[in-house]
This record gives sequence, structure tokens and C-alpha cells, in this order.
Amino acid sequence: MQSRRELLKRSAAVAGLLGGLGLLPEAAQAAWIGQAFEAKTMNDLAKALGVSTPVESKDVTITGPDIAENGAVVPVACASALPGVKRLLILVEKNPSMLCAMFDVSDAVEPSFATRVKMGQSSQVMAVAVMGDGKVLFAQKEIKVTLGGCGG
Amino acid sequence: MADPMRIRAQAAGDKVTVRVLMAHEMETGQRKDSSGKAIPAWFIQEVGAALNGKPVLTAQWGPSVAKNPFLQFTLKGAKAGDKVTVNWTDNKGDKRSDEATVA
Repeated sequence: MQSRRELLKRSAAVAGLLGGLGLLPEAAQAAWIGQAFEAKTMNDLAKALGVSTPVESKDVTITGPDIAENGAVVPVACASALPGVKRLLILVEKNPSMLCAMFDVSDAVEPSFATRVKMGQSSQVMAVAVMGDGKVLFAQKEIKVTLGGCGG
Repeated sequence: MADPMRIRAQAAGDKVTVRVLMAHEMETGQRKDSSGKAIPAWFIQEVGAALNGKPVLTAQWGPSVAKNPFLQFTLKGAKAGDKVTVNWTDNKGDKRSDEATVA
């Protein structure tokens, strides 16, 4: 007959093994917030992330071209001049899923990122900054697209 | 295993600008092939960066990041000779990690 202690030890070992192999569901898909990527409006997105509704602010910047010839590759950059940013998001309003990228900022990284996004059609592009004190700020810019980059 | 990333890390004062070019299809799941069937989504979901082994940045991406993604970010308090590691995981569970030295 096995003692309780032995059983516990064994089950812990098995759990550790499964976790190490990435077989436990929570370990396999660590933190990707699918819900946030399905949001269609800014309010839905704020709800999915559990933050307050964004307020427009001059301290957040979004940069990109006024007219993008190819919607498949649109260079955009977002930045915040304020300290204490927790998260920076890039949104494209009229894309099938609004949220494009979400950066979790630590102290060792400046709240400033540049990347390239796809755009289905001309739309507002937004940068949203979630601050450490719970404030949510955003900036927006219209980018016109001559050739969409989402469909086939 | 996917193709390697191209990482450049350049120091300017006490800041280091890191530019990463990843090789990935970033298929949105919206496109259709010639027979009209939807091409399944295949994109990078998570991106992480570490400075000398210490994680400094995590990002979550959607399918609307462009094909062969480019990412630029700035590290504070890093210097020449430091190691910058960038890794990603896509929605099929494929992973890739690459390292560069700050120049």
C-alpha cells in the first residue's frame, strides 16, 4: 500500500513532467488573449482587456504614412511621452480584427515601437497606451490605402 | 524550424536600438486559395525579448501584423557587448529564438 506522501510526490512529478512538455492546456497557450483580438470596437477591446475606455491624448503618438500604396505592408510606429506605461497597443479600426499588436513594456524598454501592419482598407490607425495608474490614452491617424492587404 | 531572424542592435549613448526582421508567412485566415478554400490562419502570437537573459519585453500579436514582421524597440541601460535575445511563438506552436550582440 502506498503512503499518501508517496502518492503526492508522484503526482507532483507527473504534473511537472506534463508542464515541461507543454501538455497542460494553460502552459501550452500561455497568455495570448484571443478575446482581445476578436474585438471590433474600442469599447469591446477595453472590456476584453479589463481597462477603462480610452481617452484621446497628445502624449501618445502614432506615426505612419498619410497614403499607403500597399495595404499589405504599412509601416507604423507608436510611442508615449509619459512615464509609467504598462502596455502599448496598435489598432487598425477597419480591419477584421481591430487589435494588431500589444506590447507589454518593462522598465528596461522605452514605450516606443515600430512595426509593419496589414490594412484591408483606408482607416483610422490608433495607438493606445495603458498607464500604470489605470488611465488609458490613445492617439489616432488616418492612413489611406490604395491597395488592400487583407483579402485575396 | 523556421528561418532565422535578423537582429541588429546598435548602441547610441545609454540606449540601444534593436531592429528585428522575422521570417514568417503571417497568414490571416481571411485569404482564399485558387479553389476557393480559406487558407488557415498561421501567424506569430507571442514575441519576447531578453537582455543578457533577463526578459524585458513581451508582445502579443494578431494576424494583421505584416508578412515577415519587422519590429523596432529601444532598450534603456544597455551597452555594447550585451546580448539581446528575441523569441517568438506562432499559433501552430512553432518557436524560434535568436541572439545578437549589441554593437
